Amino acid sequence: MGTPVKDIVIPDNAQKTLLLQKHADYIAAYGAKKDDYEYCITEYLRMSGMYWGLTAMDLMKQVDRMNKEEVLRFIQQCQHECGGVSASIGHDPHLLYTLSAIQILTMYDALDMVNTEKVVEFVVSLQQEDGSFYGDKWGEVDTRFSFCAIACLALLNKLNAIDVDRAVEFVLTCMNFDGGFGCRPGSETHSGQVYCCVGMLAITGRLHHVNADLLGWWLCERQLPSGGLNGRPEKLPDVCYSWWVLASLKIIGKLHWIDKDKLIQFILASQDEETGGFADRPGDMVDPFHTLFGIAGLSLLGEERIKPVNPVFCMSEEVIQRAGIRVELL
Amino acid sequence: MSESDSDDSRSTWVPYRDREEWKDVTPVPQDDGPAPVVQIAYSDDFQDVYDYFRAVIDKEEISDRALELTKDAARLNAANYTVWHYRRILLKELKKDLKEELKYITDMILSHPKNYQVWHHRQVIVDWLRDPANELEFTAKILKKDAKNYHCWQYRQWVLREFGLWDQELAYIDTLLKEDLRNNSAWNQRYFVVSNTTGFTEQVVNQEVEYTQEFIKKAPNNESAWNYLKGVLMDFELHKYPGLLDFCQQLYDERYRSPYLIACMIDTYEEMLEQNCGEQREVLEKAVSLCRSLAEEYDTIRSEYWNFLSRILSSKYGSENAVQTSS
Repeated sequence: MGTPVKDIVIPDNAQKTLLLQKHADYIAAYGAKKDDYEYCITEYLRMSGMYWGLTAMDLMKQVDRMNKEEVLRFIQQCQHECGGVSASIGHDPHLLYTLSAIQILTMYDALDMVNTEKVVEFVVSLQQEDGSFYGDKWGEVDTRFSFCAIACLALLNKLNAIDVDRAVEFVLTCMNFDGGFGCRPGSETHSGQVYCCVGMLAITGRLHHVNADLLGWWLCERQLPSGGLNGRPEKLPDVCYSWWVLASLKIIGKLHWIDKDKLIQFILASQDEETGGFADRPGDMVDPFHTLFGIAGLSLLGEERIKPVNPVFCMSEEVIQRAGIRVELL
Repeated sequence: MSESDSDDSRSTWVPYRDREEWKDVTPVPQDDGPAPVVQIAYSDDFQDVYDYFRAVIDKEEISDRALELTKDAARLNAANYTVWHYRRILLKELKKDLKEELKYITDMILSHPKNYQVWHHRQVIVDWLRDPANELEFTAKILKKDAKNYHCWQYRQWVLREFGLWDQELAYIDTLLKEDLRNNSAWNQRYFVVSNTTGFTEQVVNQEVEYTQEFIKKAPNNESAWNYLKGVLMDFELHKYPGLLDFCQQLYDERYRSPYLIACMIDTYEEMLEQNCGEQREVLEKAVSLCRSLAEEYDTIRSEYWNFLSRILSSKYGSENAVQTSS
């Protein structure tokens, strides 16, 4: 039963050069037309959307084109009494958007725009007895939230406000037989969750718990003949995995196990030469999410026109260093 | 982008701003900051519903009409977590029939099977009801459409664990694997069930190894099956496990060159080297030559990895610096 490997074929006429300026123009213009339907329906994740756009621009050295004042004012209006930050005005606070807000403020060196003490309180309030974190008061548990909590506190230099040992313990219970991590104990290993767990362990200085050879093997197995990376076995490649998988490999010291050139080829082929931006795979529609992760992935792969990116926080190394944060990798 | 409901056909839809019973409420427009919002035709419904939703949130209104409004808001954007959050508050305050809510969320999940919010909402409702009666059947239905839906698997795992419904699960997984033996989620579920029931006792390991080997024989280049095999044998010694090396060798002799098959053989040889089993030089030669075949021919995209492994083995067990380890 020789079923073909699930993959895509990169068309011959695919884009082969990095259209950096087009991507910067795409991001700069995104959201300017506030009547755009896609823009309206993504209000529920606006804070993250802004983080994706701003970080991409920062990495492309053009963040000055963005409206800093408007962004800061918006963030201020999104912090709630409990300290948590919502995706947009009138939405409820959530860990995901709290992290995005702190990331943006760190980049702008404007953490004083919010009450950081209350942010810490909010994060602390979400930790459960088993060390896991709720995303918000409604109780969804996911290792993504462990990462959000830890990364957020690290940027605020308040890691010890939570029970770090317990938090690590919980993440380790999500380690699977293949060396990877899922969203809850027993959940299937998934590249996105791997990034969150490995990133969390890096920040807390517990990377020694990771079986780097085993996990590195699983991660480099994500590379398909097309050069692209998938999220788990038998799935199609997607540009965002150029980040989740690549950053994870970088953190555990196995970046060289990926075929660089083939991956670069895949990422470049996913650009849209008319509109700018990156899509999940060649020929699909672009969006800011895939644009950031395409740019960040290329940075990790050594593209000189892009600023070096920090593999744990997905922010420019420059910003992380200026903030005085040091995380050791394997 | 907006779904067509069986109740709300487009011809009878009345915007909230035109409804008599909503005249007491002043809608609140979208505010993303100082820039103005411009209305255009096709997102008219969306603006209308959400302007009223924002108003209802602002005045913290608890009412049946607010509950209906959250339904419209969710229909237009099921990913808006604030809508679900508020709906749950209303359900509790108004003491609504949760079984009806279960029917509603069933429809929503069928329309939006990859959305975090709807699955989480279902979990909360089922938890409030403490009634898992429909859950296995429902999740099986979703998996029939997409056997790898990550949200669905997480949710199913929660149900199994929360209510102890393990009995039929291995049989269910078996039917899935018979449909698609490359379904990584199903293999993962197998591990999950065994871990949470019998555990990997020697007898269970034997059964699982035999089970997995049957699937490998059908499709030797199946990453998931090999990963599962490796996982099952985690606490065992590969080279001492009866028949394992023979099983691999037989496939190899039948000219299969799956990287996973070869990797398993390399792992076994590595173990033998570590434990000083067999003729060391011969074993090392086999292992290194297999690594080379992968780097040069059968898995060139991962040549860096295979060359790395080859170097490690050579430097550790090569004759120049052979260390006589006493095991």
